[in-house]
Amino acid sequence: MSTTLLPAPVSLDQARATTESIWIRRSLIGLALAFLTLFLFIPLISVFYEALKKGWDVYIAAITDPDAISAIQLTLTAAAIAVPLNVIFGLAAAWAIAKFEFRGKSVLITLIDLPFSVSPVVSGLIYVLIFGLQGWLGPWLAEHDVKIIFAVPGIVLATIFVTVPFIARELIPLMQAQGTEEEEAAVVLGANGWQTFLHVTLPNVKWGLLYGVILCNARAMGEFGAVSVVSGHIRGSTNTLPLHVEILYNEYNFAAAFAVASLLALLALVTLALKTFVESRGRHQENMNEH
Amino acid sequence: MKFKQHSVLPGFNLALGFTLLYLSLIVLIPLSAAFVRTAALTWPEFWSMVTTPRVLASYRLTFGASFAAALVNAIFGLLVAWVLVRYRFPGKKLVDALVDLPFALPTAVAGIALTALYAGNGWIGQFFEPLGIKIAFTPLGVFVALTFIGLPFVVRTVQPVLEDMETELEEAAATLGANRFQTFSRIIFPTVLPALMTGFALAFARAIGEYGSVIFIAGNMPMVSEITPLLIITKLEQYDYAGATALAVVMLVISFVMLLIINFLQWWSRRRGVVI
Repeated sequence: MSTTLLPAPVSLDQARATTESIWIRRSLIGLALAFLTLFLFIPLISVFYEALKKGWDVYIAAITDPDAISAIQLTLTAAAIAVPLNVIFGLAAAWAIAKFEFRGKSVLITLIDLPFSVSPVVSGLIYVLIFGLQGWLGPWLAEHDVKIIFAVPGIVLATIFVTVPFIARELIPLMQAQGTEEEEAAVVLGANGWQTFLHVTLPNVKWGLLYGVILCNARAMGEFGAVSVVSGHIRGSTNTLPLHVEILYNEYNFAAAFAVASLLALLALVTLALKTFVESRGRHQENMNEH
Repeated sequence: MKFKQHSVLPGFNLALGFTLLYLSLIVLIPLSAAFVRTAALTWPEFWSMVTTPRVLASYRLTFGASFAAALVNAIFGLLVAWVLVRYRFPGKKLVDALVDLPFALPTAVAGIALTALYAGNGWIGQFFEPLGIKIAFTPLGVFVALTFIGLPFVVRTVQPVLEDMETELEEAAATLGANRFQTFSRIIFPTVLPALMTGFALAFARAIGEYGSVIFIAGNMPMVSEITPLLIITKLEQYDYAGATALAVVMLVISFVMLLIINFLQWWSRRRGVVI
């Protein structure tokens, strides 16, 4: 990226040629905000309104219910396994793709992105086809008394599947843009591979990595479709937070459903805040590297 | 030509080996299971499974609502991106950050919130009820949910293109006597078109597969408001594995085609000198 010169301050008369009259500007801003209010802000506010409509007692009771607590634990467990595995995968994939030239690279990048274009329902179904009772490994698993589908391992697998691309796709373009000169210098100066990776590459991509982790974690904790197919919806055992929202909602226990949903909405807001912060830090680091 | 060019850096075999192993175990082998299972069916068996009237009705709803939602998002996404890049107004940074909410908010939460809002007695639904328009529990509700889900795509693909655009061209157009509308339709719009179409395709692809936000608001009536992903689940719950897998293969093939189209659009955008 080249440094762009800031445009010189212009008077209103000069600026008029490349902007619209104040009334058009205001109407366009108004129209855009009306659309966002209708489709974004009101739905977000309504989650918290519905959650607290019946008072704090109902709210606290809903989120401290033993089934809710166990759903929180399972959601945290699934994310705690899926996110680190995808971090390792993302770093390995980005190292191979960004630092070396080899044939079939663009095919590999497309394959990494594949889980994003697969419907969540299909993502769950494919694991049922392999590990379910009717599946390829089903009879063998049943013989050895291992449960994957309708059990925690299936939920973890489905969560890993839907979050595979998040970290790799942040790191690949970033590491490609940074080139290989710094790593080559480190190797020539006698550093081994791990030292080069830990002391040269990792510090350079830390904000991109963090950005990927934040998005990956949000999706891992919020995934519904894929997890729903493999979970079996057993309360207190294979119920994640989003699935718990569904169960409560289908029982017409709306206040409790929205109370649990508000926890997930808070997670989304924290995710957005962290993401905005990391973006500004990442941009800052980019500027520092340029000068 | 050799498979890999020479490099002084170590770790290629380990990194690529791990990448391929992980990708095969988690993504490629499970996905191939759907195709291998379906290959056991004869072609007429497969064809009759994926073209029953109920399945055809679900395609019409899924594709129709996804297309309408992506179209609305293309129009308003362009508007939102334009307003965020070109104008200043209070709260702009907050609005910019919140555009990504549909990416961060779990789909089940979006689903129940939209259902509560658009039901006949909801905050928004109450204004449509007297007009005889029902939104929740009808195909219109599916459209609302898919619009929410696809909202960030167009904004986030068009925004960087507008940011990178040089104003010199617009100034030149103004000097040559073009009014603002002509400048927009002849200069600005053609420049953002590849990004706009990429955003449209991304929103459309996401909407086709969407499940969580839709099932709450759709009402899920067979032949009327039942989307294809829900039909897969229904078949699975009836232990109709062959039927569910056949439908999954149809969805997968459509996903792959969309992926190719999106890759082409992104290549086209880049060729125009703009990186997404």
